[in-house]
Amino acid sequence: MDVGHLPASEFDSAGLEQSLMGAPELNPVPDMVQLLTIDGELRQDGTYSSYVQDLTPEELRGFYRDMFLVRRFDEEATALQRQGELVMWVPLTGQEGAQIGSGRALLPQDYVFPTYREHGVAYTRGLELAQLLRRFRGISHGGWDPREVNFHLYTLVLAAQVPHAVGYAMGMARDRLVDPKLPEAATVAYFGDGASSEGDVHEGMVFAASYNAPVVFFCQNNHWAISVPTEVQSRIPLANRAQGYGFPGVRVDGNDVLAVHAVTRWALERARSGAGPVLIEAFTYRMSAHTTADDPTKYRLSADEEAWLDRDPMLRMEKYLRRQGLADDAFFEELREEGRSMAVRLRENVQQMEAPGFADAFTDVYAEAHPLIREELDAHRRYEAGFADAEPAAGTATPTSREHNA
Amino acid sequence: MTEKTFRLPDVGEGLTEADIVQWKVAPGDTVAVNDVIVEIETAKSLVELPSPYAGTVSSLMVAEGDTVDVGTPIISVTVGSAAGSTTPEETPAPASPAAAPVSAPSAAAGDAPRASLTGTGPKPDAVHRRPRRSAPSGTPASSAAQAPEASVPAPSGKPAPSGTAAVQDRATRLIQRVLAKPPVRKAAKDLGINLEDVTATGASGEVTKQDLMSYQAQRESERGSAGGFRFPGSAADDSRIERIPVKGVRRATANAMVESAFSAPHVSIFVDVDASRTMEFVKRLKASKDYEGIRVSPLLILAKAVIWAAARNPSVNATWAGDEILVKHFMNLGIAAATPRGLMVPNIKEAQDLSLKELAVALNTLAATAREGRTQPADMRGGTLTVTNIGSLGIDTGTPIINPGEVAIVAFGTIKQKPWVVDGEVVPRWITTLGGSFDHRVVDGDLSARFMADVAAILEEPALLLG
Repeated sequence: MDVGHLPASEFDSAGLEQSLMGAPELNPVPDMVQLLTIDGELRQDGTYSSYVQDLTPEELRGFYRDMFLVRRFDEEATALQRQGELVMWVPLTGQEGAQIGSGRALLPQDYVFPTYREHGVAYTRGLELAQLLRRFRGISHGGWDPREVNFHLYTLVLAAQVPHAVGYAMGMARDRLVDPKLPEAATVAYFGDGASSEGDVHEGMVFAASYNAPVVFFCQNNHWAISVPTEVQSRIPLANRAQGYGFPGVRVDGNDVLAVHAVTRWALERARSGAGPVLIEAFTYRMSAHTTADDPTKYRLSADEEAWLDRDPMLRMEKYLRRQGLADDAFFEELREEGRSMAVRLRENVQQMEAPGFADAFTDVYAEAHPLIREELDAHRRYEAGFADAEPAAGTATPTSREHNA
Repeated sequence: MTEKTFRLPDVGEGLTEADIVQWKVAPGDTVAVNDVIVEIETAKSLVELPSPYAGTVSSLMVAEGDTVDVGTPIISVTVGSAAGSTTPEETPAPASPAAAPVSAPSAAAGDAPRASLTGTGPKPDAVHRRPRRSAPSGTPASSAAQAPEASVPAPSGKPAPSGTAAVQDRATRLIQRVLAKPPVRKAAKDLGINLEDVTATGASGEVTKQDLMSYQAQRESERGSAGGFRFPGSAADDSRIERIPVKGVRRATANAMVESAFSAPHVSIFVDVDASRTMEFVKRLKASKDYEGIRVSPLLILAKAVIWAAARNPSVNATWAGDEILVKHFMNLGIAAATPRGLMVPNIKEAQDLSLKELAVALNTLAATAREGRTQPADMRGGTLTVTNIGSLGIDTGTPIINPGEVAIVAFGTIKQKPWVVDGEVVPRWITTLGGSFDHRVVDGDLSARFMADVAAILEEPALLLG
């Protein structure tokens, strides 16, 4: 990436080029794990190939299918935003490989702490994609019950989810001390290259190392923290930071769904077995805008965007599937049709979404019933009933509109 | 068959309006859901809007170039009955965040702009109070519900009921207090200004930052005698020296200038030129229909002259690279510009390929972009030769420092009428001085002189450009 992008008024680029990667002998650029070349050819890796060898043709097609549907979902959500149906949208296009590959490495007992862009991971957890849109439509502070699929609510405060993931992992390890019959489990903290500059990530990593917590730090380095390029955020490769905390750091080709899957499986197994945290840097690229309120043409060159086009994660998986005879035209055509009908259903679903009543805000304040909350809820209901135009049961949450604002 | 109207949405977190740039459909066209119908430009970006409906476009309700408020109907589409079955009646109403909707909509609700999901943009309805049921006994709600009306006294102030007099008095003072936002209030306090003395121009009668600043400026100018050597706002001895951190553009400029001044041996030469014909030429271009809407100035002719002269003397358009000299057979013409962010030298790429009119447009764009402080780093890279227009500030000439990576810079002085000798007689002519600095490692005196003479020749006779 070209340092010449930096607007001189914001960053002092003098001397940046030289110190870009720190002292080279101390901070070599890590080898990037790659199992699938951009031409869709499978490569052998001494450590990681064994983690994808057992994948069945059905599972391999599944990787592509997930990526395809999530991208289709992303396109539809972007269109819905442009039509005024969503307040904003956070596109994920380009990062499907990193998200599906890592998401499919999770076991049901693992717990995910996402940012606000992990639509692909949400999908692999079995969350209905439409639920992700409730918040972006501005009718909910959450949108789903995170306990049902072990997928936490989207966190808009940058990196705030990282200490949560570490604390939760520490808790899971303690739970197993009390009840050894609980399955081994780990948490995954998703964050981006931009969030890696936040203090929360540092604190999280320090605690994770100190307590040997079963947590995988999964950093999607998509090269742009809104308009700030990665090289301004970090003068050494992000994966190298793990060394300073005392746990392994791996850089993986984030647009290679198989490599991401293998590395994440390895890291999760390691964490679950009690060997401690791992930092994974998935080297990928945000092919779209930061959000629908962002215009990337203002800070990056189209030549840079084009350079990533042939590294599209879906492209190389399609090449691989076709080359291995695992998928034919009919497969891809069916998928397109499935995407179309999914988009139609999504659109209908969004347009019919209803905001939960205010009474719903009382439901998840405490884990268990609480007398003070009960009292406040009653007061709220009396207040609502005091309006001349109120319906008899106004403000009462119905079971279907029950909403979680954890 | 139903007619559906699409209203301009807020596509970027809190926008209130957008410009219609280009319609991609016309009445009679068939559109499918998500087909692009229009391109709009918001304060944040250029955005294509996809159609929310499938059907036939029946009318475009706003024109290209219009600035339209969020919520305004912009297109109507006739939706076939079959396709309509899955689509709701109109643009679906944004979900109401309140538990219960406001009572019956007014008759005009169909035409009223709809609030966007973000809560910005025009409001469909004035806020109004939901009526309470007649006082249920035994709950504190009854007094609380009436409290707001009762507790707001008129500013004129009827005698307050005893017991609450002190509270009322305080409330009255608060109500009568001059309105201003906290930072303005703080600034006024720091400057020792009584807000009541300041003329308020805010929308709600509040004193704005601008009001405070102009009051302060006026106060300072009235102080007069102190002249320019007065540090604003303080007379303490230790603050007579102001410390300004060196960063950003200032630092970049400093580094570039030091690098250039102390590595490239500069030679500066000057020439006085009779630019009367240039002035005439500019005047004609301004009047020409072909140049309508394009700002034309003598700088345009100078830029063209520099390109022309550099083509005849290629070595001035070069880079010193230690053991070799890189001569550029293209011209990225840099124009030094004072911008809100400091001195910048954006350049016009491949300027040698531009016609005079294209060059004029490029200069306009470059200047406008620089003025707005939107010059991109890419605009400043790869310059090959620079022009600095010091004449715009009324200066005759100077010895400019070469932009690093280049070997020549031309300073364009002011053009003013001076006595000039023509055929033995003194006549008033439009005279300017051209200054040029050259890197002597690359450009010898002979070459720099020929180059400057060529530039001067064009200013004296722009018609030579035709040759």
